[in-house]
Amino acid sequence: MNYYDLLPRPLSELLEEHPYIVDFLSSFGLEVEAGPTTLQGYLENLDLDLLEDLGVGAEQLQQSLHDFINGMLALDDPLDKVNSLTLIGGFDKSGTAENLELTLKPGEIICIVGPTGSGKSRLLADIEWVAQGDTPTGRKILINGEVPDSKWRFSTEHKLVAQLSQNMNFVMDLSAEEFVRMHAESRLVTEPEKKVEMILKQANELAGETFLPDTPVTSLSGGQSRALMIADMACLSKSPIVLIDEIENAGIDRKKALDLLMREEKIVLMATHDPILALMGDKRLVIKNGGIARIIEASDAERKNLIALEELDNQLLALRNRIRSGETLENI
Amino acid sequence: MRFLTVSGPPSSGKTSVILRVIEALQARQRKIGVVKFDCLLTEDDQLYAKKGVLVKKGLSGALCPDHYFVSNIEACVSWGHENDCEYLISESAGLCNRCSPHINEITAVCVIDNLSGINTPRKIGPMLKSADIVVITKGDIVSQAEREVFASRVKQVNPGAIIMNINGITGQGAFELTSLFEDASDIETLKGKTLRFSMPSALCSYCLGETRIGEEYQTGNIRKMDI
Repeated sequence: MNYYDLLPRPLSELLEEHPYIVDFLSSFGLEVEAGPTTLQGYLENLDLDLLEDLGVGAEQLQQSLHDFINGMLALDDPLDKVNSLTLIGGFDKSGTAENLELTLKPGEIICIVGPTGSGKSRLLADIEWVAQGDTPTGRKILINGEVPDSKWRFSTEHKLVAQLSQNMNFVMDLSAEEFVRMHAESRLVTEPEKKVEMILKQANELAGETFLPDTPVTSLSGGQSRALMIADMACLSKSPIVLIDEIENAGIDRKKALDLLMREEKIVLMATHDPILALMGDKRLVIKNGGIARIIEASDAERKNLIALEELDNQLLALRNRIRSGETLENI
Repeated sequence: MRFLTVSGPPSSGKTSVILRVIEALQARQRKIGVVKFDCLLTEDDQLYAKKGVLVKKGLSGALCPDHYFVSNIEACVSWGHENDCEYLISESAGLCNRCSPHINEITAVCVIDNLSGINTPRKIGPMLKSADIVVITKGDIVSQAEREVFASRVKQVNPGAIIMNINGITGQGAFELTSLFEDASDIETLKGKTLRFSMPSALCSYCLGETRIGEEYQTGNIRKMDI
């Protein structure tokens, strides 16, 4: 089914089946009513003076509607499943070859470590751009073992990568529930209400302090914001790869957050220097001078130390809660 | 010479994005010219000059800025050509949201930022809706969900465009945008070309300097609200 199949159909049926058409037209300032008129008839009878005032030509409007409807219909196509992502090494800043081929699978967590300016962002950008030797590092990215379709580069519906940045400000004046619903609607999920409920529940399980559905997103704490975004990313984003720029310690259960992303079969790449997060990863990529200098696989000794580190972390968390509730720390 | 028109609301990050693209183009040894259009004042030309690119500054002053743009851009293109530029980029702000500097067959870029509000894509006319490439900036200061919602709103009003997120500070994405600039239209002159969309018109007493308010002072092309 495509745009041309929809043209001869009456608006009474179309607007019911494809409500986004109303939204599309209203974003150009046009009104539309369900009735016996066909979509084609509606478009042909638009007042040209009105279009001139709205700043759009009849031809351009039809072209945009064509592209929009075809894009929306494509959202229903089953998404190509990403079973593996392969990184073929390029060169560091001095031109030394990285000499590596690394294959990542859904459910894996890869940590990226290295000082500021070492090239962590470039690595993440190479993956997002699905580099084919055409970036400064000369790296290549394969998906399912093959050179991927270029749609991964430009499509907003089929974005390969969702990114959780360190800064987490909200600018929208909405409640948490409205915000998630708006996001769900923009992704055209079926049964958005269920998704919204699920995401808010998950977010509250991750956040140290719970929040209500009607809490404005702008008043969420840092931890609550991150919890909401991780839950949202896990449950709503179709992107198979998640890039995380450090999950800060405060106010969020980091282990649960990573577990959630792993359950949703995401490939997680995380820039972090937090010992607990780093040891939770399957591998660590050490970035130096713009290149991947070393790949460390978490050893058994490290895994054992993770348990000790988690105990330490829980002790600190308990102290944090005592401070929050107004206690003193004379005896710890 | 490859020529592109870059436009966008004030403070959306046009200059930063162009500067990051210039750095990437210079890494490829390209000779670049920039024409900066503004209304009253701009110091951005110095930022460009510092990068070692050729700059021309045009201030529209008391004239409508987009009308000023269209009556000067042909000469600017000739200027770029005479100076052997391989790239010429024009930067202009769309101040009334109904204007657009975009020209048929010339690669058109619109820069818009995540902080401008979820309804902004709807409010901007042909400058956004007829662009070939839409660059969304300031993504690093909002959440992933907001980036996705904002991009989907842009997609709604310009579904045919390539939509890219660029960080004007770190330059993330600028390298990739530059690859698209390499595909821009290669031209010698703007003679015979047309604007993608007509500019809003006015031809009334106020265009000619009238300041007094009142029915008797209004002549020419006047439109009344339905009150």
